[in-house]
Amino acid sequence: MSALGKLFEKRRKKALLMPYITGGYPSMHACGHLLDAFIEGGADMIELGVPFSDPLADGPVVQASAQQALDAGVTPDDVLTLASRYSSRLPVVLLVYYNCIFAYGQERFAEAAAAAGVSGLIVPDLPVDEASEFIDVCRARGVDVILLVAPTSTGERIGMIAARASGFIYCVSVAGVTGARDALSDQLPDFLARVRERTDVPLAVGFGVSTAEQAAAVARHADGVIIGSKLISMVRDAGEVDIAARAVKTFLSQVNEELIK
Amino acid sequence: MSIPARFGPYGGRYVPETVIPALDELAAAYERLRDDPVFRSQLKALLKNFVGRPTPLYLAERLSSRLGGPRIYLKREDLCHTGAHKINNTVGQLLLAVEMGKTRVIAETGAGQHGVATATAAALFGIPCAIYMGEKDIDRQELNVVRMKLLGAEVIPVSSGSRTLKDAMNDAIRDWVTNVENTYYVIGSVAGPAPYPAIVRELQSVIGREALAQIQEAEGRLPTELIACVGGGSNAMGLFAPFLEKEYIRLTGVEAGGEGLDTGRHGASIERGERGVLHGSLSYVLQDAYGQILEAHSISAGLDYPGVGPEHSFLHDEGRVRYDSVTDAEALAAFTMLSGTEGIIPALESAHAIAYLARHIDRFTHEDLIIVNLSGRGDKDVYQAARMLELL
Ligand SMILES: Cc1ncc(COP(=O)(O)O)c(C=O)c1O
Repeated sequence: MSALGKLFEKRRKKALLMPYITGGYPSMHACGHLLDAFIEGGADMIELGVPFSDPLADGPVVQASAQQALDAGVTPDDVLTLASRYSSRLPVVLLVYYNCIFAYGQERFAEAAAAAGVSGLIVPDLPVDEASEFIDVCRARGVDVILLVAPTSTGERIGMIAARASGFIYCVSVAGVTGARDALSDQLPDFLARVRERTDVPLAVGFGVSTAEQAAAVARHADGVIIGSKLISMVRDAGEVDIAARAVKTFLSQVNEELIK
Repeated sequence: MSIPARFGPYGGRYVPETVIPALDELAAAYERLRDDPVFRSQLKALLKNFVGRPTPLYLAERLSSRLGGPRIYLKREDLCHTGAHKINNTVGQLLLAVEMGKTRVIAETGAGQHGVATATAAALFGIPCAIYMGEKDIDRQELNVVRMKLLGAEVIPVSSGSRTLKDAMNDAIRDWVTNVENTYYVIGSVAGPAPYPAIVRELQSVIGREALAQIQEAEGRLPTELIACVGGGSNAMGLFAPFLEKEYIRLTGVEAGGEGLDTGRHGASIERGERGVLHGSLSYVLQDAYGQILEAHSISAGLDYPGVGPEHSFLHDEGRVRYDSVTDAEALAAFTMLSGTEGIIPALESAHAIAYLARHIDRFTHEDLIIVNLSGRGDKDVYQAARMLELL
């Protein structure tokens, strides 16, 4: 069983808390502090973004964080190094756009991810139809490719995705890009039920989760909750690293309490 | 025959899962409609009565004698309604959108020609329309911004990245991912995820079909070479398509050389790019060693793009089409020359194709018969040209 498989196995009683931060945001150094805060706040898994110049699945908040990291010269190698420093403490999953993998070389990237102790790769612009080869390349190295399903996915496509999924399935809560939203879609439970019908792979929900209440609501139907844009805007607004880290830790602790309830 | 998703290794659908079902739906709708007699006759009537087709194939005698080489014909896409070939594609895609029951359309635009063409077709069908356009392009293509607004479109400025076509396309895709249930995305070139490159190629190939018949009628023989500028590559694919199998006809695509290929400030994705994935397809892309997309540069907003349609990458590798580039300065000189020599003010994009001919004129003989795709007219560029040539 893969590292992520074991993680979800262990945590069946509570939905997993899966915070996201763009690697190297707001700086390489500060990002490390934030990852410490993730751990102190009770994160079960870390999702780390590889900054990309054209992140077309991301809303303005994540886009701006990636741009800031790129402007500071952050590379995929830097993010892999950061991952390697944390992967012995918590499972780390990278969010990486396909062109970064393609330019690196599929095998070389899978190799480097495995060497950094990365458990899984989320590739938002690599739908299952294009992913076959990369899934095999990664699986041979013990790395899961985390596939995404969307509310627009047909039953047939959910089946295709389930057939190739491992680790967990990333369920996109709404049709759209990343970004905090005031309310969750009321169709989320139906959507998750449709996916659940077709797979035993754990389901994590992301895109738009921004409050402890929303996280709790998601947790009633899913095995994991991904929180990204909300955390990045907290970091952006805090200005200073220490303040940001404290705010993030407090927020994640609150979310975790809701998840345990 | 079903429409291709790949051209050799190039193409594919590298986009979020959210829109994959919509791409499947689009491919299915297009497969069904492309041979449907009603759809075909509607499209034909629109191209004739609304767009103004067929466009002339014009023998540019003064240009031919001024350059002193081959006989040069211009395929006059500049005479299409709205002033460029882009409308051939948008009327077809709007017909599709209506057939598919979509109630809103969006598009990206660089020079604004595709934006205007989409806004025009949307007005014709009475469908709300939003156009994404980089802030830098809004500044240099003011006329087209005004036209889009008059046509009832919402023009959404894009301030991310290089603030040009690439970023406009990112935002259009983000909009589409968000509103995919009711929104049709009108892609403006032979780029993007499958099936768009194949659909746009087919809708634009009316250019080549007409040119083939017209040159045979005028000259009783086939041309020796076709030349077209390449941004995403739709006017070039449209002209080349019916000639691809005639291996003895030389096909040339002209990319934006910007300030020179060695300055790093250009839009020559095929000559200087690497294989990569941008906007949903695998093709040649201007990028760094880590796959970060680089800013393109061109005097011409329509060629200011770091990618190219996947079929061009394939045709390049196959050696079927040769790609070259001319600089901003050469394009501007050709812009002025064609205006003064033939009384035709070309789009700066199309001026690249003329400039290529001027640069390589020694390669041609009097026996050569050339068709240059004059993809658009230069009205949109006159203020920019006036500034650069200090005419005002
Ligand atoms: C007149 C004209 N020609 C050419 C182009 C480049 O596009 P393509 O390479 O798809 O023909 C544009 C794009 O805006 C244009 O307006």
